[in-house]
Amino acid sequence: MGAELLSLTAAQAAARVAGGELSAGELFAFYRERAAADRAQGAGGLNCFTWVAGEDGAGGADGPLAGVPLAVKDLFCTRGVPSQSGSKILEGYLPPYTATAVERLQNAGAALLAKTNQDEFAMGSSNENSAYGPVRNPWDRTRVPGGSSGGSAAAVAAGLAPWALGTDTGGSIRQPAALCGIVGMKPTYGSVSRYGMIAFASSLDQAGPLTRDVRDAALLLREMAGQDPCDATSLQLPEPVALPSAERLDGVRIGVPGELSGEGIEAGVLKSFRAALETAVSLGAEISEVALPHAPHALAAYYVLAPAEASSNLARFDGVRYGMRAPDARDLLDMYTRTRHDGFGPEVKRRIMLGTYSLSSGYYDAYYGRAQRVRTKIAEDFARAFAGIDLIATPTAPTVAFALGEKTGDPLAMYLNDYCTVPMSLAGIPAISIPCGLADGLPVGLQLAGPAFSENALFDASYALEQALGFDGSVARG
Amino acid sequence: MIDREEVLHVARLARLELREEEIETMAQELSAISGYVATIGELDLDGVQPTSHVVEVTGRLREDVPHRCLPREVALEQAPDANDEGFLVPSPQA
Repeated sequence: MGAELLSLTAAQAAARVAGGELSAGELFAFYRERAAADRAQGAGGLNCFTWVAGEDGAGGADGPLAGVPLAVKDLFCTRGVPSQSGSKILEGYLPPYTATAVERLQNAGAALLAKTNQDEFAMGSSNENSAYGPVRNPWDRTRVPGGSSGGSAAAVAAGLAPWALGTDTGGSIRQPAALCGIVGMKPTYGSVSRYGMIAFASSLDQAGPLTRDVRDAALLLREMAGQDPCDATSLQLPEPVALPSAERLDGVRIGVPGELSGEGIEAGVLKSFRAALETAVSLGAEISEVALPHAPHALAAYYVLAPAEASSNLARFDGVRYGMRAPDARDLLDMYTRTRHDGFGPEVKRRIMLGTYSLSSGYYDAYYGRAQRVRTKIAEDFARAFAGIDLIATPTAPTVAFALGEKTGDPLAMYLNDYCTVPMSLAGIPAISIPCGLADGLPVGLQLAGPAFSENALFDASYALEQALGFDGSVARG
Repeated sequence: MIDREEVLHVARLARLELREEEIETMAQELSAISGYVATIGELDLDGVQPTSHVVEVTGRLREDVPHRCLPREVALEQAPDANDEGFLVPSPQA
């Protein structure tokens, strides 16, 4: 029974529960046990979770999501359940409300299974920046799962959760999805409410699904997307998200930017990417080269904008209203500075410092002001490209999963993991990563991106390609 | 690049304590990263408007009607130190 349950996608499980062939309670218990077992192993396991539901956590079988268990990234506020954004400064924080995205999914029938481990405040590409220990990649436990949604990605890849919610600011859903051999999608900026998401960079953060397949990703997005009065940047998608059904790519024009598919990409990743493009051609797609002339500067612009926004968003962690407070402070200022010194990890401190620096008097125009203009050029590059093609394809990440500890000594080397994903974040356009093959036995992800609000076209194309590629992720589920 | 004095100035702005042994490393790391991001200085951006918000959303004001609000005691519940009325903190003066 266990092997059978494990083989079901979330949509398949929901259908079985709705059809009465499977009890929601049984399904929940099955996954809860697997999640709890990993949590019990601590550093010796994958370390995917910061909290796992009790045995009484199962919900009903109602709604489109029919009681299917859902793992949720730590930074989503979940009422009465620890929400720490992977940080010590929020250790044990119990929010008095639930994030809109999670609430909508629960209203649609999802059962909260667990909170997943992540890089602290969503800052990282390897899940090695968590105050709760690193997460391991189920394909090779000496390697990273990617980040910052590493816990969510590893949990889905290892079959510890049928699906998971993550967030993507510069690639934090797509890159771990690629490194773990699963599907990860960042929707158009504004499609999912950010209310209740502990913020990193407000003009970039977006919630999105991490799933076994494209159909599950569409299902999860459909149930959580939409305008929310509590988030002034949220909007209603012009057309509702549809579950994909396309089998071919006839007439689909795919552009490949030379700037994001050549230099700096590992040979094995490129090989797998190019083979997947051949598969797309066999399905009827037309592949051409496109230019994104400012893409090589996207990472630099991102590492001005995101830390700047973070420095503002993280000012609230001062020991006053919630979270950690340094004891025996001499005075108020001492309390602030010591709380933040003791509570934040090294990467978070670096980014707060960088952000503060680039926003400070004398530097604002050269850094933040310029980066905002680079952002405009990048958005224009995409708009120009999409005038002649439907979708853009790139490898999702420059490398396959690297070893734990390999890049922690060099912040810039770590930032380069987001090279292919950051441009789409800056432009606010939707993008999805699907597994397209293996290089040296480790998963490779292919990224497809479309213009704003092209979610349905993106899901259809990636679904058709996914079916034709036939990537088998079951080996990681053990 | 970014020197010790600059690091201390920025740390003060960020309300972040840095111990003596951490200042040097922070200066080096910030210098390396800001050196990289400064490459945006290479681009010709004359006449380009800044983007602060990627997807334009306008006219988003709601009706001036009170909505539900967190009760005071719930808002104070997670505080490290509080009384019935508000959050308690050390005095600003030394």
